[in-house]
Amino acid sequence: MWVGRRLRRVEDPSLLRGEGRFVADVARGCGAIRFVRSPFARGRILSIEAPEEATVITADDLAEIPPVKPMLHRDDFIPVEQPILAKEQVTYAGQPIAAVIAPTFEEAEDLAEMVFVDIEPLDPVVDLDHALDETAPLVHPHVPANTVIDASLTTPGFDAAFHGAAYHVEIDVRSRRENATPLEARGSHAAFDPRENRVTLTASTQGPHMLRTALADLLGIPESELRVIAPDVGGAFGQKYSLAMEDVVTVWAARRFRRDVAWIEDRRENFASFHSRDQRYIVTGAFDESGKLRAMRADVRCNVGAYSCYPVTCGVEPLMAMAELPGPYDFRNYAVRSRAVASNACPIAPYRGVSRPVITLTLERLMDKAAARMGIDPVEIRRRNLVREFPYTSVTGLVYDQGSYVESLDRSVQLVDLERFRADQRAAWEQGRYIGIGFSTFSERTGYGTSAFAARKMDITLGYETIDLAMDPSGSVEVRVGASPHGQGLRTSLSQLVADELGIDPKDVRIVHGDTDRTPYGWGTFASRSMVVSGGATKLGATELRRRLADIASETLEAAVDDLQFHEGKVLVRGTDVGVPIRDLARLAYHRSDKLPPGEEPGLRVKATYDPAGTFSNACHVALVEVDLETGAVAVQRFVVVEDAGVLVNPMIADGQVHGGVAQGIASALYEELVYDSDGNLLTTSLMDYLPPTIAEVPLIEIDHLVSESDATITGAKGLGEGGTIGAPAAILNAITNALSPLGIEVNETPATPERIQKLIRQAQGAL
Amino acid sequence: MKPPRFEYRAPSDVEEVVGILTEVGDEGKVLAGGQSLVPSMNFRLARPGLLVDINGVKALDYIQRSGDRILIGTLTRHSCLENAAAVPGPLGRLLATAAHHVGHMPIRVRGTFGGSVAHADPAAEWCMVSVLLDAEIIAVGSRGRRTIPAEDFFRTVFTTALEPYELLSEVILPVLPDSARFGFVEFSRRAGDFAIVASSVVIDVGSNGIINPRVALAGVGGTPVRARSAEAVLAGSAPSAELFRAAADAAAGDVEPMGDIHGSSEYRRHLVRVLTRRALERAASEA
Repeated sequence: MWVGRRLRRVEDPSLLRGEGRFVADVARGCGAIRFVRSPFARGRILSIEAPEEATVITADDLAEIPPVKPMLHRDDFIPVEQPILAKEQVTYAGQPIAAVIAPTFEEAEDLAEMVFVDIEPLDPVVDLDHALDETAPLVHPHVPANTVIDASLTTPGFDAAFHGAAYHVEIDVRSRRENATPLEARGSHAAFDPRENRVTLTASTQGPHMLRTALADLLGIPESELRVIAPDVGGAFGQKYSLAMEDVVTVWAARRFRRDVAWIEDRRENFASFHSRDQRYIVTGAFDESGKLRAMRADVRCNVGAYSCYPVTCGVEPLMAMAELPGPYDFRNYAVRSRAVASNACPIAPYRGVSRPVITLTLERLMDKAAARMGIDPVEIRRRNLVREFPYTSVTGLVYDQGSYVESLDRSVQLVDLERFRADQRAAWEQGRYIGIGFSTFSERTGYGTSAFAARKMDITLGYETIDLAMDPSGSVEVRVGASPHGQGLRTSLSQLVADELGIDPKDVRIVHGDTDRTPYGWGTFASRSMVVSGGATKLGATELRRRLADIASETLEAAVDDLQFHEGKVLVRGTDVGVPIRDLARLAYHRSDKLPPGEEPGLRVKATYDPAGTFSNACHVALVEVDLETGAVAVQRFVVVEDAGVLVNPMIADGQVHGGVAQGIASALYEELVYDSDGNLLTTSLMDYLPPTIAEVPLIEIDHLVSESDATITGAKGLGEGGTIGAPAAILNAITNALSPLGIEVNETPATPERIQKLIRQAQGAL
Repeated sequence: MKPPRFEYRAPSDVEEVVGILTEVGDEGKVLAGGQSLVPSMNFRLARPGLLVDINGVKALDYIQRSGDRILIGTLTRHSCLENAAAVPGPLGRLLATAAHHVGHMPIRVRGTFGGSVAHADPAAEWCMVSVLLDAEIIAVGSRGRRTIPAEDFFRTVFTTALEPYELLSEVILPVLPDSARFGFVEFSRRAGDFAIVASSVVIDVGSNGIINPRVALAGVGGTPVRARSAEAVLAGSAPSAELFRAAADAAAGDVEPMGDIHGSSEYRRHLVRVLTRRALERAASEA
């Protein structure tokens, strides 16, 4: 069996040797595009002046391109249109206004500086609470109260259940703005081929087909005039799924000027590309005497910035929050209002976890607060509320497949030796040291298929994945996938699935992705979906190929198909040493079709599509921290993850996803924050100001896996790409709050910076 | 984040460096380790017309003792000072501790002592150490060589007493007596970041209490500063927890920090109090 092995990643040797090929490696010797961006958050464009003879592109040049209008077919949604380049007005600082083309990137930057844009600044609205204020300016005149989505639902009988409860515990949680900060920023290179009248766009993207569709639609061309290639992509975390206006300009310019051009985003630009988080959840949990959650009321507000991202729209945050806020807890009464709020800040796009880091932070802080209020142990209150029987249908109608919610919590308690920690903690408190422990139990909905996306009511329903699988005459297998991995190691893990199905070595399986000319239409890689959806399609395809091979072998070996066994590159008659190399069967299928069984098509090509409803992973995170009472600094001393993502195709890759995810969760919890001033200027524009944690700030992450047997996916695998990021902030803030419990301090805002914590401490000490 | 066009020259001796600087005036900028200058150029915050690369001027790379003074050539890399034995006595230990706080290893291997002092970041370790120890900063220009006391050298953020035609060639530090003890404490969000606030102290405890106390702070304004009132509190008194608290309070009273996204004025003042007390405690317990 290859599934379950910690196979080394086939992706790594070239990357480690510096032989990777990223878009900037392709963008040589072509026209260099640089964007002139708005220095103001809101204002009227009075004029644009550029040096004579310079190639400058403005909204006037793009008059034939319609604005981008991401759609949700819901009554509670107001669509917003975004021009490719700002037209008449600017709506956030960093918005592209014009583009220049020069022979080198240096000269393009020089030229961009010489383009003078006269803007009459207007008062912006940047802050979430301010945007909802009645007196706030309107970001878009047709959007009252700056509210682009105002969704709500109340279950029947909610009021009685809520008001009849013994305890009401309220929590007000705030997450600040973050940037996904991929190591490689965005960028694209458009090569124009006059012979074919066709552009090949090499772009740092998560979804090449989606990008091709978006660009072709906007430019009014058939998709056949565009090929999109995703080369090596240096991380994305969601930021590279949404359409970049810059890519539209790049392709337009290549066609207009019939030449090769490129745009390579720099770090400073990336800080104003797509943001994330910036949410506030005000939630009241109604508990009965036993600590059982009976009802929940929630008010969710998401600052989605100036525009809506294509294709998933700015609805992704509030709508996910509304549907998934119940998390891993069983309760039947729920009332929620969830809003997307526009502002003159950078647009929000999905980032690893989407709403769930804040959902989990809210729920887990609520559980700890309720436990403290009722004098119940935090572990115990979770045990009393976690879902236990499967399939479980949540109050919002989501179906949870088999999971290990209680078991992962119990296992975590064991791993951290909770009793001993509590004793150490009492001793530490007596010495004036503040150590704390925080738990975070959560569900992670993954592998969203068509039915899950259809519920969102987007213009485009994402979901399925298709693969083309072929064995060539030499017996090697090529799988072309619509998924577009960019660091997930999918080439390795999919090859393990195929190898098991066909009894061959993963080395003999090549996975092809990231090229619209070579791969079937697919949705790309995002939302913890590729192993579930693309993996499922791959398994289906491999099974079909196996069936074809078995049919041929059955004839060759004169044995019944049921008696055949695929093993180490051969098809054997079970219980004998009679067999035939698969490679011989492959050659026969192509070159001796005269010998094929009647009705058997020549060649060995299959196509498969998989479209699951979705599956829930689950995990428990535990953080152990020490807080320096004087400075407010938090050191994460231990971090334990008990994860259940079903069958792990490659546990090493799974562990890597957990490591990276937790590091980004620690970033959210303690470090990363995009800061705007009240005029809407972004103050954090470098990695000296915006602080991803380094290896020095991230502790060793201890991982234990549980494996629930779920029939929600045909591989038994569930997604896990986002879990680390989802669970960690809650575990850490609970741990800080626990450490500071002698002072009665609650920490409900991320990032929990030393200054924020110190301020709470001084307030508690009466010094402020 | 590409620099504007610039010219580049790489002279091989100090005279030539000074000649070029004199010739080009404001347009010229000395390139040493480039750890601050090059990113500033990429951000287009610095736009020198001519870079004068001194990395080939080997005569500027030295650590020498001259009587009771240590002479540090401007091209001395941070990492050379990480070894406490590079400089004798408590000064060597102090410099090694400070050096270890400078950025990350690749930065320390390339960045230079003189470059950091000339760049005058108000949170930089070597600027604070220079003020702490009353360093003498040597500037060489076409009109010869002059000595500038550290406290006069730093004017405000990224601004010094150096003239455009001058090269910072050397920093002179006093050798500390073997009985001196130091404390050096920084607070930053991540390892290797510039300090939000840093505090450094040197004390010498004699039979009549603390002699020659020195307290210097970084991250509290446009330049590193001495906390004179804290020094006054310490001078002549026997070390004690209460004394250190009083000195730390005095240090906090000595500063009016500027706030920014990394820390409000109020928080920085609070950190001055905490870090100065810790630096004193560390000095008192230093072996």
